This record gives sequence, C-alpha cells and structure tokens, in this order.
Amino acid sequence: MSLQLAEDRRDLIPPGLNLAGCYQCGKCTAGCPVASRMDRTPNQVVRLLQLGRMEKAISSGAFWECVSCQTCTTRCPKSVDCAGAMDFLRQLSVERAASAPSAHRTVLFQKTFLRNIRRNGRLDELELVRTFKTATFLKDLDIPFLFKDASLAPRMMRRGKLKLRAEQARDRGVLDRIFERCLEAKL
Amino acid sequence: MEIGYYPGCALHGSSNDYETSVRACLAALGVGLREIDDWICCGATAAHSINHKLSIALPARNLALAARDGFGELLAPCPMCSMELLKAEQSLRADPELRKDIAQIVELGLDRKTAVLNLIQVFQKIGLDQIKDAVKRPLDHITAACYYGCLLTRPPETLRFDDCERPSTMEAVLAELGAKTVAWNYKTECCGAGLTMANEATVLELSHKILMNAASHGANCVVVACPMCHVNLDMKQRDIERRYSVRHGITIYYLSDLVGMALGLSDAALGIDRHFVYRG
Repeated sequence: MSLQLAEDRRDLIPPGLNLAGCYQCGKCTAGCPVASRMDRTPNQVVRLLQLGRMEKAISSGAFWECVSCQTCTTRCPKSVDCAGAMDFLRQLSVERAASAPSAHRTVLFQKTFLRNIRRNGRLDELELVRTFKTATFLKDLDIPFLFKDASLAPRMMRRGKLKLRAEQARDRGVLDRIFERCLEAKL
Repeated sequence: MEIGYYPGCALHGSSNDYETSVRACLAALGVGLREIDDWICCGATAAHSINHKLSIALPARNLALAARDGFGELLAPCPMCSMELLKAEQSLRADPELRKDIAQIVELGLDRKTAVLNLIQVFQKIGLDQIKDAVKRPLDHITAACYYGCLLTRPPETLRFDDCERPSTMEAVLAELGAKTVAWNYKTECCGAGLTMANEATVLELSHKILMNAASHGANCVVVACPMCHVNLDMKQRDIERRYSVRHGITIYYLSDLVGMALGLSDAALGIDRHFVYRG
C-alpha cells in the first residue's frame, strides 16, 4: 500500500499543534500514563512529526494507545499540543487506512462508535457491543475476546443499566447530513 | 431555579444511576433540569480520533439546540461531554469563518453563547452555604478520596476550572457535608476513560493504581463526577481484583450521591443501590 507519505509532508500538520517549539525535554512522556505501553514515546512521536517523517510516525501504534487524558498538552513548557498531535495521527491513519495492525481493536471501536451515532443520534450501547465484537472477531478470530464481558450483561440488566431498546434522536436525517459534510473518507 | 440539561449518552445509558443521583440531589436543592430537546451525542473520543470537523460539529449542534431553546447555561454532568461542548464553543468564538462553516453543517445558527457547567459548578452556583444549611445527616462516616480524573480540569485553557494539578473544589463541597477527605496522589491521573472495551488491559492497570493509592491514603470511598470514571472504578472493580489478585471492595460515589445522602435522601432515591460495589 502506498501512503504517499514517504517524503516530507509537514504541510499536512495543522499549525495549531505548535510542534516546532518542542525541545525534547520529555515532560510529556514523564507524565503520560500509558507511555510504557507505547512503541514510541510521546516526545519521539512529536520529533518524527517535526522532521516530517510521517510514514514512520503513522506506522507506530503509540497514538492508538493514547487515552486522550491531555496531561502532555497541559504540562508542556512550550505549549506544544501533544495530545492534538496524537489526534492528528489517528485521523490521518484512519483517512489513509494505515493504522498499525496491533491497534485494530481500538480503531474498530472508534469507527463502530461513530457509525452508531450516525445511525441513532445517541449511542446504542447494546448495538455498539454487538457491532464492535463482530467486527473484531472477523478481523482476529479471537473467540475468548468475542465472549468476554458476556457475563456483564445480566449484571447490568439487573441494575437497570442496560436497555434492550435504546433511545434515538428524532431528527436523524440531519445527523446523516452532518456526517456527510464532515467526513472525507468512508467510515 | 431551572437550568438547561445535556445528559449525554452515558447518563441515558449504562450510567443512568448518575442521572438518577444528579436529578434527585438537585431537586432536593430546588434546582430543576430541563433537557435540551432532541440533543445528539457529543462525538466523544471517537469523533476527535477520526475527524476534526466532526468533533466540532456534533457538540456545536447541541450548543445551537440549547441556544434555540433559550438556555444561556447548560449542565453537562459528563466531563467528556462538557469538555467537547466547551472546546467547540471556544473554537467557534475564536474563528468566525469556522463558525459560519459549522453553522451550515449543523443547519442551525451559532451566534448565541451558551455557558457549559459541570456538576461541581452547579453546586457552587447554588452556593456551598446553602448546601451546608440543607444538610440533615452529616457524613461523619465518610473519608473520601476526591478523584477528578482528566477532563474536569484539562486542558485548562478550555476548561478554566479549578487547579488542573491540585484541584480542590470537590473537597470544598464535601467539607460542607461534614465528610473528611484525604490528600492523595492520583487525583488527576487518568482511569483509561472510554477504552474499557477496546483496550481493557490499560483501563484495569490505570484504575487499579487509582484504587490502591486511594486506599493506602486512608480513604474509605472514592468520589467522582464522571460516568466513565465510575464505570472503570466501580463496574470494572471485580475485573481489576481478578487481574491483580487483590481485594479492593471500595465504594465509588458520584459527588451528587454524597450531597444527596447528606440531604437525607435514600440510597435507592440516589441510585446508589444500583452500583456494582454496594453494601446495603
């Protein structure tokens, strides 16, 4: 698959992320709750983007491990929007269908979540579980993962926390139009 | 007093115990909530992970609906929703071109401003003195670890609420209820948020650390003001215990649970009996 990203594509990076200021102090990585789970740490991701090494940055699974807690952005002494850079890479990788294979569950989760919203206006949780688990299974054939949390459903139902029929927004036509106008690529 | 209310998907879904709690507690304080008509999802992490424009448009549509309904103020008890609403509001105010573009996308005008409040801000608005005067049952049995998580205070330029490294607004509310609070280290650490299903290992690890730290500092409960924090610390607590071979058994309250309890409301009226970790 050709990503057309091998060359320097710093022009794709939104200037608002303010990446030029980074001087590699590492405070973003020090405060990141999931840095130890990343194949590249937040400061390394920022450096790759500074250098325009998009292909290398996008092939990392790091930004799909990111929990969007905003600690990095909040603490950066140079006001670099590191969490925004993670979002930028997620968006670009979805747009170009180039996410790291190790991140397939998180990618599928966010995609099924958005499709769910587009259809219903409000999240239908039961549908989310069904579509997410099915899509994941088709990808990795992981049977234990497919049935994991199944025991949670009756426990949630007993507590009135799971509705079989979720509510929907009335004007779902407008949702479809909003999605159509925003999305450049197919979900 | 009546204020606009944006419940968001969680409070109308598996975190409906939070809605029960917020409604009951605020009603006891004389505050009515009027839901924004035909609100839609704020887009949450999924939208900002996949498409920037969508992550502005979805919350913007809700801000426009609130303005259309005449609400200058809007309570969004979920910090994910309130952060997304505030971020959209901030982007729209800063960029008139974007505002025009998004108004066309969401098919509603975006010229009126809407103030978005979290639950703690609504308590502050009511007045902590008023809350203190309404206490019927002081909470002297409670020693709480107030857990703020991420999006109540971060990013600070968007939230403009409390101190993002050393927040203390929940402690201030609990002090009026006669509850004790502990100083601890994980107040603003992340619990893993919405990755509960997609990346459970991360959620269990982060949430386990939070529960360990709260207990080791002498807390007998954790207090949250976020549906996702509650899911990860309460609903997933059994999974955390299995993964790390420990017994936490620590009750996770919503802030409104404790205010409601002090006002004399029952566990059932506040939805506390529907928590996963519950000792009646």
